[in-house]
Parts: sequence; C-alpha cells; structure tokens
Amino acid sequence: MSVALEPSEADLEAFRQEARHWLDEHAPAKPSFKLPDSFLEVSSNEQFEHLRAWQRAVYDAGYLGISWPSEFGGRGLPQIYQDIVNAEMAARNRPFMLNIVGLMWAGPVILKFGTREQKKRFLAPLLRADEIWCQGFSEPENGSDLANVQTTAVRDGDEYIINGTKIWTSLGTQAHHMILLARTDPDAGSKYRGLTFFLAPVDGAGVDKRPIRKMTGEYGFNETSFRDARVPAGCMLGEEGQGWAIAMATLAFERYAEGGQAGGLDMVQLRVAELVEMARECRRDGRPAIEDPVVREQLVRLSIEERAIDMNDVRRHIEGLCRERPDAIGLMRKLVTSEFRRRMSRFAVSLQGEAAKLYIGDPAAVEDGDWQRHYMNAYSVTIGGGTSQIQMNILGERVLGLDKG
Amino acid sequence: MADAIAFGEEQELIASSALDFLSSRCSFDGVREWMKSEPGYDPDLWREIAALGWLGIGIPEEFGGSGMGVTEQVCVVESMGRRLFGSPFLASALAADLLNRIGGDEQKRRWLPGLVSGEAIGCLAIGESSGSWDLARPTARATADGALLRLEGEKCFVLDAQNADLLVVACTLRDEPAVVVVERAQLPDGALRTERLVDETRRSARLRLDGVTLPLEALLAGGDVAESLGQTQMLGALLVSAEMAGVAQGVFELTLEYLKTRVQFGKKIGGYQALKHPMVWIMAGLEHSRSLLYRATTLWDAGEDASEIEIAVRMSKAQSGETCTDAVDRAIQFHGAFGFTWDCQAQLFFRRAQWAEYTFGDAAHHRRQLSELLLGNPDGGATPAR
Repeated sequence: MSVALEPSEADLEAFRQEARHWLDEHAPAKPSFKLPDSFLEVSSNEQFEHLRAWQRAVYDAGYLGISWPSEFGGRGLPQIYQDIVNAEMAARNRPFMLNIVGLMWAGPVILKFGTREQKKRFLAPLLRADEIWCQGFSEPENGSDLANVQTTAVRDGDEYIINGTKIWTSLGTQAHHMILLARTDPDAGSKYRGLTFFLAPVDGAGVDKRPIRKMTGEYGFNETSFRDARVPAGCMLGEEGQGWAIAMATLAFERYAEGGQAGGLDMVQLRVAELVEMARECRRDGRPAIEDPVVREQLVRLSIEERAIDMNDVRRHIEGLCRERPDAIGLMRKLVTSEFRRRMSRFAVSLQGEAAKLYIGDPAAVEDGDWQRHYMNAYSVTIGGGTSQIQMNILGERVLGLDKG
Repeated sequence: MADAIAFGEEQELIASSALDFLSSRCSFDGVREWMKSEPGYDPDLWREIAALGWLGIGIPEEFGGSGMGVTEQVCVVESMGRRLFGSPFLASALAADLLNRIGGDEQKRRWLPGLVSGEAIGCLAIGESSGSWDLARPTARATADGALLRLEGEKCFVLDAQNADLLVVACTLRDEPAVVVVERAQLPDGALRTERLVDETRRSARLRLDGVTLPLEALLAGGDVAESLGQTQMLGALLVSAEMAGVAQGVFELTLEYLKTRVQFGKKIGGYQALKHPMVWIMAGLEHSRSLLYRATTLWDAGEDASEIEIAVRMSKAQSGETCTDAVDRAIQFHGAFGFTWDCQAQLFFRRAQWAEYTFGDAAHHRRQLSELLLGNPDGGATPAR
C-alpha cells in the first residue's frame, strides 16, 4: 500500500484509489433483514453480527485506526489517511461501524489518559470489534446534570465495588466494557470532584441489563444496574477524582469537537441529494413535488446548509479564518449537524404527502418508510451526548463568554 | 485535487492588516461624522487605502494594480463591513472590474490607473427601476449618430454616483447590451438626483441619461458584454456578501458586549437562555456565512466551472443575507429600549444590513436562482437549466 509519514499529493491520491477500489470490491451484500440507522439501535443478533463483520473487514484491510500507534493496533500514519477513507465511505454510504463507543470515545480517551498497559489491553480488541464498549454516564435521575452522578465506587483492596444504575447504555446487552463514571468520594465538597472514570467490565457478576424499547419499536439501549459489582483497580483511567475532566474529554471526542477518533462512519449518511431524488418521484397535489415552489425553496435552504456544514469542516482547520472563535466550529458541530438531520428528515417525510402516514413494512410506503424512522431516530442525536439545549448553553458560555444562567 | 477552501499566509496577512487598519482608523464616531458629510466618506482615509493598494487588488499589474484575486478583495471588504467603513470602494472596484473585462487596451490605459491610484473614483450604473436583478437587457439606450453616441433613459441605485469621476453605464445599443464610460464633465446639470437611503453611510443616486452625448471611444467593446455584465454582477454579489459577513460579525460583537455588561434582576442578561440561545444560532450562521464565502472565493480564483462559481456565490449571498439580517434584528431587540435609539450603534449596522441585503439580489432572489441551478426547471425539466 502506498502510505508515507509525510505523504505527497500523489501518495494520497494513490491511497485514495486503493481505498475506493477496496470499498467497491468489498461492499457488503444487502442483508435480508433491515439494518438500523446507527449503532444506537442495534436490536437483533443478526444486525449485530452483520455490523461486526463489516467493522472487522474494514479493520483487517487496514482502514480503521490508521492514525493510532501501531503498537496498539493502529498504523501510526497521519490522520489524513483516515480522513480519506471516511470520506470515501461516506460517499458510498457504506455501513457504519458497530463499536462506536470504543472507536470514537473510549479509544481516544484511553490514548489520552491511559497507561501503556491499558492501551495494550484495550485498543486492538476494540478496533477489531472483538470487544464491544458501552458508556455509563447518564443515570435515571441525572441526564443533562451529568456531574450529579449517584453511582458509587468503593475501594476494597485491589478492587472497587460498584453500586448504582446507569441508563441509555447503547449496546449495553452485547458490551464487554463500559466507560463508567462513578463517585469515589461523596465528601469532596463539589459534585464535580470525587468522580472517577473506570474502564469497567460489564460481563460479570453483579451487573444486570434491562433492555429499553425505543419510540420506533426498536431496541438498542439498556438500563444497566450494578449491585456490588467488582472492578479491578487497574481498570481506573487516570487517577481517583479525575473523573470529571476525563468525562469532559470523552464528550469532546463524542461530539467531534476534538479529533483522534479511530474512524469510520457512525450512522447512516443522509444527504440532501436523496431528498431531491425523492421530490422527483413523490407527487403532491397531482404534480411531482419538485415542481412545487414551496418544496423547491426548502430543498435549496437545506442544500445551502449542507454545503455550509461541509465547508465548516474544511475551514475549521484554517487558522487564519477562525481567529474570532477558534473552537466554535468544532464545539457547535454536534448541535448543528444533529438539528440539521432532524429537520431534514422531517421535511423528507412531509414530501411524501399522504404516504407520510405509512411506516416500515407497508408495501406502499415511500422508500419503505425509512425516512419516517430516520426522523424519529434523529432525536437520538439531538438528545444523546448532551441535548441541543445543553449544547446551546455550552456554546453560549464557553465560546461566547456569556454568563451561566 | 484543489483545496476546498484555499487561504494562505499572504491572504491572512492582508485580512489581518485590513482589520487592524480599519479598527484603528474607523471608529463609530468617525462613521457618524462622515455620514453627515456630503461625500459620506473621509478623503484622507481614501488616499490612505489607495496607498495600501486596496483599490488595485483585482486589476492587472500593467494597469497599476497588483493582479491578486477576489479572495484578497473579500478579505478587505469583510473588514469594511465589520467596521461600517463607508467609502466608494465597492462602486469603484466594480466599475474597474467591468472596465477591465471589456475595455479595449487604450481605454484601460486611460482609465484604470486613475481608479487604482484613487485619484479617480468610478461607479457602476447598471440598476434600473424595473425591480429586476436580472440586468442583462437594460432599457437605457445608446443611439449611434455619426461619431457620437446619444444616451437616453434612467439608471437608479447608482452607488456613489455623486462621488464618481467615471460612470460605467450599462445600456442597449442596436438591441444588444452595451457599456459606455461617462466622464463626470459629460453629465448635464441635474442629471443626478440623490436617493435618500436607509443607510446614511452610503451615497447613491438616480442618473438621467437624456442629453448625454459621448464620443465613440466611450463604448467598451472588448468582449462579450452580456457575459461580462453577468460576471461583474456576480462579483458585486460576492463582495456585498463579504460586506454582510463583516456587518454580521460586527453587530454580533456589539450585542455580545452588551449582554455581558447589562444587568437586570441582579444578573447579566447574557445568562438568560432567551437571549443566550438565539445568539448561539446567530454564531452558527456567522460560521456558515464565512465558510460559504471563502468557498466561493476559492472557486472563483481557481477559475472553476462558471455554474459552480455561480452556485457558490449565490449560496454565499443567500446565507450572509439571512444571517446578517437576523443579527441586526436581534441586536436592536436585545439592546432593549436603548437599541431603539439613534445613539445606539446597532442602528448603524441595521441600516447597513438593509442596504446590503437588497443590493445585488436578496436572499430570496438567490434561492430562487439556485432552485433552477440545483433542481432544474420547475416545469418538469429534470436537468439543471444551465
């Protein structure tokens, strides 16, 4: 393969051609069952195995974790190589990765805060989807107020004893490990202090997993309860009491405000071009929807916004054009892209006229009712990882310097 | 593969020095002073920006310019908007652009160096009262009469006509679009009627052409006139888009400052989500505007496909227009009753934004054009119209 530590344009172009070739040759066969919209809605074993096989194939071909150090399962190459693969996957709308919590959130924080031992132990298996990761941040009573964690971890020799309940744990059923935020010191004086971050095994005794059904009828996340579950002290990431800082770093990776993710896609790519095609097919008031001036106006608005989002991803790397607010584009990305996805899906449903009422499984549903499901699942991104309302607070306070309310 | 957005150290230097210069030389007090004056700008400052080379950015070196691209021009104009700088820069730059596109060598040598040095000021008379931004078929007419051209008709919204030594005028000659250069001395008395603008930092006039006679050398005939008029208009849309990106940033800073100092109910008002959250969405709009703006300049300077450039410019103007209009609107509201006063600087931005939004096509106009470029003809044509 044509790779280099300081790649020339020609090296990159050759690599791009190789990646394209591989992606075209290894497009996974369309399964007989329906795939979910993202790793958050994996509801069946066959979906799980299909997606796991895809991630494995991508990793084994050398197209995942390219920028991670080679001694931990990566290839030690510049990020640009992974960016190329990601772009080519997106252009082909190839399946997303299964082990997103590992690849995009846990992996980067382990690289940032972990010991050499921990990196050796955890990174390669997560890249290959041999070990699946989930996240234990939210609790039944603490969602947006994340720091108010009630789950406790009490030191007992070379172990910690965990008690408490985590919720919305995506892939919680299949996961081997959880990035877990727990309170080790209830008397630290502030809710932000006394928190500790664990790379906790969740396939052992004392861990109870209860699946939760989503509004779409799908499954994919759990309530995970710990009752005197024992975790080796070596699973602590960073130091005792450092949990909040590491949790914040995790969220920065999760929201793509900071780079360093292993790569691959994390959900089905929705592009305005698909809506344009649908508008040509769907009829409203007896005419193709694309002839309706109101529809055209909306499609143009969405096209402009989509281009702006794409171009923001380019401009954020050009310092001279980001002087006023250097971190703004990165920090707002989650808010802007998730809200865009929600509005776009809602509009896609509205294009269908009365057929908008049909759902997946009805033979007359437009595109098998996929957009109806995309619309509902769009909330997983406007709510998960910090709601849009919390994002607006963060941006207002951290980027614009406005007072906390 | 070309960069999606090309912006190098040289451009950054121009952008930062333009902002530094205008930040130190163009204060709100200055703006309010100049806006009361007849020309609407400070002639000393005009000479200074000429000396900095700003007037010759897009003009080839052989005519006194520096032959740089629109990216550099946009850098400068963005800062002008941010500081509410008023001057005939835009008018003169666009007049020079059209002259450079379709002037003969002789004509360019005669007029361009003066426009570049700032000794002469140009303006572009393309608008008419038809209410259309599609100006390819002017109703103002030129008629050949021996060695003379006789003009008739009227142009409106001629930016800085009062300040101009050269008026570059679009008209129709023998049923074809044509462009002529009118020197100030060739205008009869009363040919200009000052327009009263919402934006008092700008100067603009109606131009009556009846009775203007010109020698044949005044006709610019060095290229495809209709196409060049279209390109100069695109450049106008792009530069005004840059201006709006700057105005939006400027008024956003002003409003933020207020939200960080004004206290009500014992708290700084920026802490209230009813004000904080809309500011975040305006910020997102500012980021979108800038990304689309420099995407458009990149395509333009790389000489990409004309329809790609047109799409990018129209997207940029539509986005800047929406964001800037929102930003000034919320600026007034979020300043409370003070925002409604003459003394609050927000009104200056508000008025400038209103001028800019309706110059070279408002957001709705550009989206309408984009719908054809992106979606094809609404009468069922499956392929884009152009």
